[in-house]
Amino acid sequence: MSERVAVRKTYKLFIGGKFPRSESGRSYLVQDSNVSLASRKDARDAVVAARAAVKGWAGATAYNRGQILYRIAEMLEGRREQFVALGVPADEVDAAIDRWVWYAGWSDKLPQVYGGANPVAGPYFNLSAPEPTGVVAVVAPEAPALLGLVSVIAPAIVTGNTVVVATSPSQPLPAVTLAEVLATSDLPGGVVNLLTGRITETQPTLAGHMDVNAIDLTGVTDAELAVDLEVKAAQNLKRVLRPAPADHDWFTDPGITRMTTLLETKTVWHPKGV
Amino acid sequence: MTATATSARSDLSELGRSETALRTFLHGLPGVDQVGAEQRAAQLGTRSIKTTAKAQAIDLAIRMVDLTTLEGADTPGKVRALAAKALRPDPADPSCPHVGAVCVYPAMVPHVAEVLRGSKVHLASVATAFPSGQAPLEVKLADTRAAVEAGADEIDMVINRGAFLAGRYQEVYEEIVATKAASGDAHLKVILETGELATYDNVRRASWLAMLAGGDFIKTSTGKVPVAATLPVTLVMLEAVRDFRAATGRQVGVKPAGGIKTTKDAIKYLVMVNETVGPDWLDPDWFRFGASSLLNDLLMQRTKLTTGTYSGPDYFTLD
Repeated sequence: MSERVAVRKTYKLFIGGKFPRSESGRSYLVQDSNVSLASRKDARDAVVAARAAVKGWAGATAYNRGQILYRIAEMLEGRREQFVALGVPADEVDAAIDRWVWYAGWSDKLPQVYGGANPVAGPYFNLSAPEPTGVVAVVAPEAPALLGLVSVIAPAIVTGNTVVVATSPSQPLPAVTLAEVLATSDLPGGVVNLLTGRITETQPTLAGHMDVNAIDLTGVTDAELAVDLEVKAAQNLKRVLRPAPADHDWFTDPGITRMTTLLETKTVWHPKGV
Repeated sequence: MTATATSARSDLSELGRSETALRTFLHGLPGVDQVGAEQRAAQLGTRSIKTTAKAQAIDLAIRMVDLTTLEGADTPGKVRALAAKALRPDPADPSCPHVGAVCVYPAMVPHVAEVLRGSKVHLASVATAFPSGQAPLEVKLADTRAAVEAGADEIDMVINRGAFLAGRYQEVYEEIVATKAASGDAHLKVILETGELATYDNVRRASWLAMLAGGDFIKTSTGKVPVAATLPVTLVMLEAVRDFRAATGRQVGVKPAGGIKTTKDAIKYLVMVNETVGPDWLDPDWFRFGASSLLNDLLMQRTKLTTGTYSGPDYFTLD
């Protein structure tokens, strides 16, 4: 009997719930595997997919979003070994799973903590409620590849935003594997879109894109590029999360700033009955 | 050569007089190679149009748009807003051309005419019991006359598909002739509703029938049935207008309608026009797109080319 032929895997992009190759047809080599090299047009397609997903995802109940985030944790738990085999330390995988659970819990609590009734001098109820800002373009940190990625995606989507994420250019394999987890977690297609490749190529397009509502520059290490992206983002007043300091410890308590920066506050006045 | 052409011309004008002659002629048209037509259309769709050529194509496509609203929920306010958009599709950019025409139901024609008066944007009205065409002839003709009187200078009629599919070609022919007479100076666009004609052979026959009866334009669809304009169907129709001009010397326009939503789609059609019938048809007088959401995508792509940044649907009107 002849020896079985190896099944080689191509690591593709994740756009609109599907795994397409880059529109440009390009790829680059990481850990002996071919990974798609995203182009500007892939970035644009990802924004279209993310925009289409906003209505359904932002409109889902907070309870439902929390359930889906918890489901992601469950699925990730089941694929623990696969991430370890890709070189992700076991404690990092555990921390990533825990982080999904932590953010899942926030889904219906954040509006209570961050919104509420305001005292006003008049016969009105005055209520503030946080709402998602829309499509967020995210640059994931270079390392840790899995925990860093989860720590930027989860806070953006838990409140109802959809994201286009540029993954760590040097370690894209855990990111694409995480996409396989997301695809099997009842997360609607387009809520998370992943672009593997060069940040310098896709980010200027996303920062200037008029249909993107916020950018998260966490993983940008080049200070000059970060400034350039912020200038582009100012064009349509995008919300901006600045780059994380190089020595940031991703294992510590994340706090709620990542979630609250990507929100808009809606305040309504309602007349009180007599 | 000239002698044959002249005799062919006189032969063709006689065809409408008898059912048998029409049938013999239409069934004598060469059959369409389905696989070949689909492959050719797919192949033409792979051309890459970039930078300056793309900019030119986008502006041409904008000028070719028949900005359409054919909903039960149309109100005078809504069609007026649409007409204003037809005049100035991108208010932020004065260099953006106006569209080809506005296409509405007959009842909405007066409201649009008010806005378009004095401009070069045409006013098209659907007529003849659109979209089914299932009404008595007198009703259809009254519908047409009313639209023209209200100010429409283009009439989009539907053919009687029931009669066509039953093989009563002369009935269809005479209805088109009568509608042409009722529309007077207005340009007559004949909607074949290709989604209901089942085969490419039927599309070719219906195209010839509409042209023989005097239609100024042949149009694919009403946009009210699931299958609307496709590239292969438009290819068959383009070949028909090309062959018709070769046989009679009269040029007829083509209008694909329904389902064309993106700039990429529109450019595929323009490539096909150029490759099939040549630049003579690359003009809003001879080729139109029946569409509504296409215009916003064209405007977004245009903005990308002029400003360098991708635009979003938030910056253009909903219609």
